[in-house]
Amino acid sequence: MTITTDVLVIGAGLAGERTAIQVASRGLQVILLSLVPPRRSHSTAAQGGMQAALGNMARSQGDSPDVHFEDTVKGSDWGCDQDVARRFVTLAPVAVREAAYWGVPWSRVVAGRHKLPDGDEVEEAQQKEGLIAARNFGGTKKWRACYASDGTGHALVYALDNEVLKLGIQVHDRMEAVALVHDGQRCYGAVARDLRTGEVRPYLARATVIATGGHGRIYGHSTNGLINEGTGMAIALDTGVVPLGNMEAVQFHPTGVVPGDILVSEACRGDGGYLLDKDEHRFMPDYEPAKKELASRDVVSRRMVQHIRKGLGVESPYGPHLWLDIRHVGKQHIEANLREVATICRDFLGIDPVHQLIPVRPTQHYSMGGVRTNSSGRAYGLAGLYAAGEAACWDLHGFNRLGGNSVAETLVAGMVVGKTIAEDLWWLDIPSSERVAASLAQEACRQVEERVHRLNAGGTEHVFDLRNRMSNILMEKVGIFRNGTELAEAVEKLTEVSHRARRLGLQSGGAGASPELALALRLPGMIRLALCIAYGALQRTESRGSHHREDHPYRDDAHWLKRTLATWPPGADLPALSYEPVCITELPPGERGYGESQVLAGTEKVHG
Amino acid sequence: MDKRTLTFRIFRHNPFDPVSVPRLQEFRVEETPRMTLYTALTRIREEMDPSLQFDFVCRSAVCGSCAMLVNGRPRLACRTRTEPLPDKVTLLPLPFFRLVGDLSVDTGTWFRDMGRRVESWVHQHRAFEPGAEEERMSNEQAQAIYELDRCIECGCCVAACGMAQMSPDFLGSAGMLRIARFLVDPRDHRPEEAVFEVIGTEEGVFGCIGLLACDDFCPKDLPLASRLAYLRRRLALAAMRPSPSTTTGPVPVR
Ligand SMILES: Cc1cc2nc3c(=O)[nH]c(=O)nc-3n(C[C@H](O)[C@H](O)[C@H](O)COP(=O)(O)OP(=O)(O)OC[C@H]3O[C@@H](n4cnc5c(N)ncnc54)[C@H](O)[C@@H]3O)c2cc1C
Ligand code: FES
Repeated sequence: MTITTDVLVIGAGLAGERTAIQVASRGLQVILLSLVPPRRSHSTAAQGGMQAALGNMARSQGDSPDVHFEDTVKGSDWGCDQDVARRFVTLAPVAVREAAYWGVPWSRVVAGRHKLPDGDEVEEAQQKEGLIAARNFGGTKKWRACYASDGTGHALVYALDNEVLKLGIQVHDRMEAVALVHDGQRCYGAVARDLRTGEVRPYLARATVIATGGHGRIYGHSTNGLINEGTGMAIALDTGVVPLGNMEAVQFHPTGVVPGDILVSEACRGDGGYLLDKDEHRFMPDYEPAKKELASRDVVSRRMVQHIRKGLGVESPYGPHLWLDIRHVGKQHIEANLREVATICRDFLGIDPVHQLIPVRPTQHYSMGGVRTNSSGRAYGLAGLYAAGEAACWDLHGFNRLGGNSVAETLVAGMVVGKTIAEDLWWLDIPSSERVAASLAQEACRQVEERVHRLNAGGTEHVFDLRNRMSNILMEKVGIFRNGTELAEAVEKLTEVSHRARRLGLQSGGAGASPELALALRLPGMIRLALCIAYGALQRTESRGSHHREDHPYRDDAHWLKRTLATWPPGADLPALSYEPVCITELPPGERGYGESQVLAGTEKVHG
Repeated sequence: MDKRTLTFRIFRHNPFDPVSVPRLQEFRVEETPRMTLYTALTRIREEMDPSLQFDFVCRSAVCGSCAMLVNGRPRLACRTRTEPLPDKVTLLPLPFFRLVGDLSVDTGTWFRDMGRRVESWVHQHRAFEPGAEEERMSNEQAQAIYELDRCIECGCCVAACGMAQMSPDFLGSAGMLRIARFLVDPRDHRPEEAVFEVIGTEEGVFGCIGLLACDDFCPKDLPLASRLAYLRRRLALAAMRPSPSTTTGPVPVR
């Protein structure tokens, strides 16, 4: 059964839902696809906050979109597009207030004197009482992260999904897009596989949006939800014409718990938490005397790995880790503002953070790279295709995303991309393309069914083996510290895995919701993403943001002030890379300033 | 500590496989330190039976995907550490919800329908003004809303509810809590009658016979029992107050 709609949004996290709300409010028909019920999307897990320069707090006095802009551009290590960043910082406050209008219970300013965990006192202004509050987050000049107690992502997802309900937008959950329908010029929708029944069906649309979130789960250790396997990026790459931008830009989070890699929020460090080594020595001030634990997260992650490599990590059956110490923050503050963190420690580790140390290590956290679009959200390479949120690279984050900027990005991108689509569809003449679309869709479905058939027929390679192999290679050789030798090995080994994946076969029957079949269908695309990351990282012979090359420790603007674009030519072994300049409108490249101090290693010195 | 070998007896059935019959299957797994049911089930799927169906997304008790019956009690599997469990663990899918396969059930469809029935959105008269400052609210009030907004739609409350098993249209305490959430929100302007029309019925508060298993099994410790009592009180008060449409008499019960 073919389903036809104006707009097909693949992904029902914050980005997908905000886009859907925007187009629906313009009177267009929209269908949301999601692997899971929308409220279970990974966006729900965001605990920390959403950056928007409201300037309501004592410690955010003097904040403005200009300061937010500067933080974002510096944070990106000048890898972002500044026209996008400018639009983003202007719209972020609107997005926060709109979310309040939809019911998000943002924490509010309480006037009067308050003692901060570090002993300082602040006086919140009487005239700001009851406005939306903000807290500190790593890597920003001002307190700017708006938050809803300790469940920012949850509160936002529920508020947005409530709007989706109210507007009567159709949601097809447990429905996975497995291929795009296209003719090399225009995208006509997607082929989806029903994760309840196994049925394959086409969705035809005048506009198709990829809002499928990050690819974190292709790494062995990730804070991402288990469904974040990058499939949306992979089906775009599979078209052979749509490029992915800056796939080598992968962010790690300093504080995933061991074991399990559940993230404990940046707010722990923002609210005064310390990082300790095996001797319970607070080591961050040794490396970063000014920012200490509050340096941007790629800097903190790198310092942690550096410290562990010196043999100062705590040994454990799950490998070495460090300690996060929030004991001195106090029971009251922990229970009130860090409740989710306390809960994680107690329920998953059997640890009480009021009295005990939390075992942490850096893990994969965020994918800056994604489906390359222009500043309005139109994907390169195919008309009628758009992307938003973590799956997209439009490009706000460059080589490092600021904590709290991505939740804000999902909402702003949804507004912008939704508006673009409404404008584009106004001009689009559909009837002429309908017949073409139907036959393309039929062919695309046939190809998917053939893949299923081949997997069911048997093969010598097993899905979980190959998946684990891929994710270990990434973790070991394409992690926080990178170098030419290991990256070359990673490319070689991943290519081998990619070849082996041609001989994948199922061990169990593939009927209904077979999890083995679902992964077997995704895996080849995931491996191609892994190759885009490793190959892009190998070619980029500089260090920028979270891409840190031990053998090229300097940023090299003369050669690398540009974005990597990776496409996958049909039948190729490796992606084809090309480069494009980044858009610099206001702030010329300079020192990252707030980031890594140059006392050691001199890694952040600007070169060229 | 001696290493234990855990025996998992797991419900198996694939409704889309014509030869599948519902049964319990045993798997033996060596316990590792800090093991949770997420760790254990993942190992079973990856090392013993790749067809085993279950749902985890966040594995950190925030997304509500993974509720199942663990030795008879509805729980979030990701937040269930094996250490306190006995050597034999029986895992069954949540009752009440439609079975997708093995331990996977369709909670999403039920909760979406509930959301629609209770009109789970802020009812406002005015439009959003992009240029305007946000409406003020005390932090206390924000906290109070947040407190009731924390439901993760895992389905434990409904699965534990004797009434829900008997009357499938019962909104459950999840539905009541959702309404209570909007009643404390000053931004919500739905008319009181509309609220009572939904909850003043057998599908609403009158459907509840007060077993309150929901309250015991909520993994988020939401105040389900106290909100139910609160809604009842509000309903009773409204029934005593003369309203403009019906001068006296009880709230209409359909
Ligand atoms: C633990 C954690 C905490 C975080 N905390 C913060 C924070 O405090 N502040 C902040 O700014 N950012 C935070 N982030 C990052 C932020 O949460 C994400 O970047 C953001 O929520 C991504 O939203 P999204 O809508 O792009 O994707 P997601 O929320 O991941 O949604 C993706 C959607 O796509 C669907 N989908 C995927 N593939 C397919 C397919 N093939 N077919 C159909 N549907 C598909 C999924 O079902 C899902 O609905 C955090 C991230 C993590 C991991
Ligand atoms: S996996 Fe999200 S609640 Fe258990």
